[in-house]
Amino acid sequence: MEGCMAFDKELNLEATELRLGLPGIKESEKQPSSTIKSNKRAFPNMDEKSCGSKDSSKASHAQKCNQEIASPSKAQVVGWPPVRSYRKNCFQAKTMEAEAAGVYLKVSMDGAPYLRKIDLKIYKGYPELLKALEDMFKFSMGEYSESEGYNNGSEFVPTYEDKDGDWMLVGDVPWDMFISSCKRLRIMKGSEARGLGCAV
Amino acid sequence: MSEDDDRSPPLDLRRADIAESSNKTRNCTGVSGSGGSVPGPGPSSMEFQAPYPDQVLENVLENVLQFLSSRRDRNAASLVCRSWWRVEALTRSDLFIGNCYSVSPRRATARFTRVRSVSIKGRPRFADFNLMPPDWGAHFAPWVTAMASAYPWLEKVYLKRMSVTYDDLALLAESFPSFKELVLVCCDGFGTSGLAVIASKCRQLKVLDLIESEVTDDEVDWIAFFPESGATCLESLIFDCVECPINFDALERLVARSPSLKKLRLNRFVSIGQLYLLMVRSPQLTHLGTGSFSATEGMAQGEQEPELFTAFAACRSLVCLSGFREILPDYLPDISPVCANLTSLNFSYAHINADQLKLVIFQCHKLQIFWVLDSICDEGLQAVASTCKDLRELRVFPFDAREDNEGPVSDLGLQAISEGCRKLQSILYFCQHMTNAAVIAMSRNCPDLEVFRLCIMGRHRPDRVTNEPMDEGFGAIVMNCKKLTRLAVSGLLTDRAFSYIGKYGKLVRTLSVAFAGDSDMGLKYVLEGCPRLQKLEIRDSPFGDAALRSGLHHYYNMRFLWMSSCRLFPQGCQEIARALPRLVVEVIRDDAIEHTDETVDILYMYRSLEGPRDDAPGFVTIMQ
Repeated sequence: MEGCMAFDKELNLEATELRLGLPGIKESEKQPSSTIKSNKRAFPNMDEKSCGSKDSSKASHAQKCNQEIASPSKAQVVGWPPVRSYRKNCFQAKTMEAEAAGVYLKVSMDGAPYLRKIDLKIYKGYPELLKALEDMFKFSMGEYSESEGYNNGSEFVPTYEDKDGDWMLVGDVPWDMFISSCKRLRIMKGSEARGLGCAV
Repeated sequence: MSEDDDRSPPLDLRRADIAESSNKTRNCTGVSGSGGSVPGPGPSSMEFQAPYPDQVLENVLENVLQFLSSRRDRNAASLVCRSWWRVEALTRSDLFIGNCYSVSPRRATARFTRVRSVSIKGRPRFADFNLMPPDWGAHFAPWVTAMASAYPWLEKVYLKRMSVTYDDLALLAESFPSFKELVLVCCDGFGTSGLAVIASKCRQLKVLDLIESEVTDDEVDWIAFFPESGATCLESLIFDCVECPINFDALERLVARSPSLKKLRLNRFVSIGQLYLLMVRSPQLTHLGTGSFSATEGMAQGEQEPELFTAFAACRSLVCLSGFREILPDYLPDISPVCANLTSLNFSYAHINADQLKLVIFQCHKLQIFWVLDSICDEGLQAVASTCKDLRELRVFPFDAREDNEGPVSDLGLQAISEGCRKLQSILYFCQHMTNAAVIAMSRNCPDLEVFRLCIMGRHRPDRVTNEPMDEGFGAIVMNCKKLTRLAVSGLLTDRAFSYIGKYGKLVRTLSVAFAGDSDMGLKYVLEGCPRLQKLEIRDSPFGDAALRSGLHHYYNMRFLWMSSCRLFPQGCQEIARALPRLVVEVIRDDAIEHTDETVDILYMYRSLEGPRDDAPGFVTIMQ
């Protein structure tokens, strides 16, 4: 029994748990799901939820709705703005295509039994990506410096395989170049990574 | 692309009753006047009867009244006396039914016996935005059935927001040998199989226009059903809303043998290369919808690019351009040869930016109608304002129709348009942010405005700069635009805005309200102040039964009233139904709306000669 528990801990199931959500977001941070009305009509916008418009027809509805507008979750109101479904559908496809065309990559970490997949497109730069990786795999990698790579005695180091099949240190090339050339990520044990920072 | 234009005067329901009873006692021995241009089943009797004095008058009247085209004039003429009523009915060839439930097919066809052209409107406009549960009604079936026997000489059918089935179209195709024009706007219920039967059986077809209608893909090659040989009579073929692939070879052959074709609007399944081939065959076009305006996926690099520029140059009569469904902006300059002549340009499906727009708009000096996406930004609108001095109608649609997104167009664009396009008559403008100042400026700069529809997409959003309600802006519009007949309001609005509308909006016929007002007073101001109000559609506003009562004196003069997600209760609606027996008061249940109290989801009420309709679905309760 005890052996199992220890094994579970080591597996760190929570870290490798499959969830729908951005990597790094903990359970407690999740937005409370807004009430989804049972819509019998087929709406083109899959995010469409009814704003509590019935409740809002009270004296303070202006206030309430302003709050709703300010809230980060984009609750869509039925039939608002008044654009015909045909027109909405035409562009829905385009915006969704643009949003869906992510850059999905496998991320592995030495010692971890499961791979993860991330969409590089959602990150705007290295700091975000690295933070996400740290959160996802529950480790820290230390500061990056051009000359020394990831130092300060960090146990793990983020590396990636580029188009040519070479393993590079994450952070060496400009972000845009990185996005287009990175084929997969590997969080390597620091000891193995030595020498990578000097490559090129 | 024009808005529906209702000029019918208030319906006098008591007079209509009298007219109807006189119909029953009508003496049918009259001989048809000579020279009448309305052939039809006439009396076969050769008996000569000395014409009685009234008869002479009627003959003269018939010859005179046949020239009356405006239905407002005709309605007025029909109220003069029994004789005029009778003759007007005989000479009316265009029948317009603004609400398919206001009168029955039987009654309409009994009164007007020599109709050549029928226009029928069905669902209320808010149904377009998913506010009405499906299958509410507005079926074409009873109409086409009645007309099949009553109007064998029918030539034209125009339907808006009606449900049309394959069977309806088949019956239509079979019943009217002279049938020439079918125009379906915002209709649904049919598919390509229905189009096929029209194409194959209506041998005199001149016009087949499908505009913003939902056409299911029955996997029928409908274009191939047009008669294969000989020239067609086709003058207009509009199918840009049909969302299924088209047999291009058949289409090309069809266009090639349609020498009278003036209007052709292709759907997005026609590539730019195919467009070129069609244009080459039909340089006489006046209206062109370009389809996708994009290359087919299979087009290899270096494959010969179509000489689109030349094709456009050959179309010397082109005045109206639309389409651009999946536009490749590189091809945009190819339309340059026609820009100088364009009076109407629809870019509302073209995702282009300001710079791309500028490539063409600077040449469009004659433009009167311009529809566009907000992706051109305020900068694009400024370009329009600087060039299109003759602009009459502008519509700016949102690319991303959500409330919380960046607004590429704003008060700046509106201001620019108001300063550059002084002749503006109609505007529809979607934006995220607006100021009273810009709206006031437009009210002053564009005195010819008849239609002002501003949609600030953020609900209850105040003036971007002052943070005040948008009352003053809309107030200025109703005050300064003396010709205003149609108004749509948005943004943060208090009862004050409605007091302005009631006080100054004396010509307003159509009013759209959403998420506005503070209390019953708002609706009261409007119902008491606007004598010409005919169509009122309101959603999510705090108006209740007391406000509803304040319109009792006016509801018979209206085409309809729509109120959804307001503060109405069944008792209030029932009061109205009992006070006004000629009003059909529908309380519609919408299961998608969460119920926290007993308020009515949707109230839709309209005057009618027929009483409660017999085709109401289960979620509709007709109050009595």
